[in-house]
Amino acid sequence: MTAPAAIEVRDLHVVYDGLAAVRGLSFTVPAGGRMGLVGESGSGKSMTALALMGLLPPGWKAQGTILHDGVDLITQTDKALSARRGRTVSMVFQDPMSSLNPVRRVGDQIADVIRRHGGVGRHEAMGQTIDLMMQMNLPRPEQLARSYPHQISGGQKQRIMIAMALACYPQLIIADEPTTALDVTVQKQVLRLLSAATRERNSALLMITHDLPVIAAMCDTVAVMYAGRIVEYGPVRQVFRNPRHHYTRGLLDSQPTMDNIALDGSSRLTSIPGMVPPLPALPSGCAFHPRCPVATDICRARMPEIDAATGAACWHPVAASQPAVAS
Amino acid sequence: MPIYIARKLAFFILAVIAASIAIFLLIRGAGGNVAAVVLGKDATAEAINALAQQYGLDRPMVVQYFDWIGKLLQGDLGRSFRTNESVADLVVSRLSISIPLCVSGLVLGLLIAIPAGTYSALYSDRPLGALVALLSQVGIAVPVFWAGILLSLLFGVRLGWLPTGGWTNWDANFWGAVRSLVLPVISLGLILGASLTRYVRSAVLDVMNQDYVRTARATGMTQMQALLQVGLRNAALPIATVVGLQIAELIGGTVIIETVFSLPGLSRMILANVAAREVIVVQSTVMLIIIFVMLINLIVDLLYGVLDPRVRLAR
Repeated sequence: MTAPAAIEVRDLHVVYDGLAAVRGLSFTVPAGGRMGLVGESGSGKSMTALALMGLLPPGWKAQGTILHDGVDLITQTDKALSARRGRTVSMVFQDPMSSLNPVRRVGDQIADVIRRHGGVGRHEAMGQTIDLMMQMNLPRPEQLARSYPHQISGGQKQRIMIAMALACYPQLIIADEPTTALDVTVQKQVLRLLSAATRERNSALLMITHDLPVIAAMCDTVAVMYAGRIVEYGPVRQVFRNPRHHYTRGLLDSQPTMDNIALDGSSRLTSIPGMVPPLPALPSGCAFHPRCPVATDICRARMPEIDAATGAACWHPVAASQPAVAS
Repeated sequence: MPIYIARKLAFFILAVIAASIAIFLLIRGAGGNVAAVVLGKDATAEAINALAQQYGLDRPMVVQYFDWIGKLLQGDLGRSFRTNESVADLVVSRLSISIPLCVSGLVLGLLIAIPAGTYSALYSDRPLGALVALLSQVGIAVPVFWAGILLSLLFGVRLGWLPTGGWTNWDANFWGAVRSLVLPVISLGLILGASLTRYVRSAVLDVMNQDYVRTARATGMTQMQALLQVGLRNAALPIATVVGLQIAELIGGTVIIETVFSLPGLSRMILANVAAREVIVVQSTVMLIIIFVMLINLIVDLLYGVLDPRVRLAR
């Protein structure tokens, strides 16, 4: 593993006036790698993404180390970060409906990014834009490029957003719930496109979602977040087949599958009792203990760290299932 | 766009027609016997009838209405009952004061409001940003006449740099006319600037919190680029609406500032003629103002079409 990581996060904290949305996050996405970041709303996923981009809302501060392209992003000035955003690291946002400038043609919005970072002329940038739109499977790109955002569909808008994010062949793309706002039928197409296009460019992907099947289909590794911390981290197959943290297990058990959905209506779908704790009232010790079925005194008293053997931050990890066949 | 323009034009024409009927009915309906009012208590019946006949006031209302509109369309606004002056000449001479006053006041207001409002929106957490917001509040609370009197006391009475009031005509003494307008324009501009600052501030605040500004930042624009290239362009929509309304309000609404600085502008003329029951003068002048206001609205609507593709391309 000599290739530098696309991004390496060490002990990241995101704080606001005594509140902490992210508390000591560490993970690495290797060059061209794909990592999923899962968790319920309020677990700190989006704050992590915005911290990596250097676009935290006013008042919020990131602390720790974010190594990317040989520099620590946290120490960079906003101007230096602006020169990187869209070029070495870019982001696809959740809601394509409101994420495009309503008074500018979509083709121009893509071309703007190319011109800003690529140093090419207007004509050249528009040519690249049309190529890019074609790669995004957008129909009749010349005509579509002249449209305004309100004239095109949600799926098309998100493809435009992805084109903007990919335009400069970034080392890392952060996708924050990129399909949540889209119709189910369009979701899969957009995800497939995102997956193929990042692979072609050898861009690393940090996929933020609460949709576990999406992670399973698209990512190599997964980090499960709860209350601002990673509670389980490992290869996707391992974590999903044999979750060692009770929260991960709860998440997986809440997923409808053909096995736990009974056709006669007597559904056996389970849910995790309780809610994600609000930031000002984080529980002591392991933040998950009030909702955990096996919590004991130590869980209430001390915060567990990620255990190298299990990959889970838990005092009483779920038992390892027997490996079926050693390959 | 052509459909949009055609629809707005049609609406403009219909609205002008409706307004002309409303003005005619209101003024004639409220006036009683116009000729009797004009001539006063001691007038004889013959004199009243003679005047009524001279101005066609004895004809049916419908005929009078169409007579008025027909002449209006040919540019004939009628004549004053008392002085027999042409209303058109009166209005033009008054507008040579009112238009420079309003336009310069508004431009000054915008020159203050756009930078100040934008700054206080972006840097509401800095002392200067808070100060700007505070000053704008104070400016809104200060009545325009008080600002005018204070300025007049300082620059006119104490320092003696500018006249405290009065008017010399443009062709008689151009620089004298300019000097007469300086203090009224500053008073008007400061007060307008204060309230416009609030609108600019809230428009910019709103726009800069939009997702598309975050996208602009995420694709490499600095905060300043995002403001200038994306933010202000989108904030221009609500600001254009407010500015349009302000122009409309100003043209007949500067009576206080004209009074403080003894300027013979349009607003004071209307007020004086209402008091003197100069029916035709009031009727035609108000009609002109209404057409002007609607024209401004039309321009703002068309500007909307230019600024916002969602409006332009809507069916």
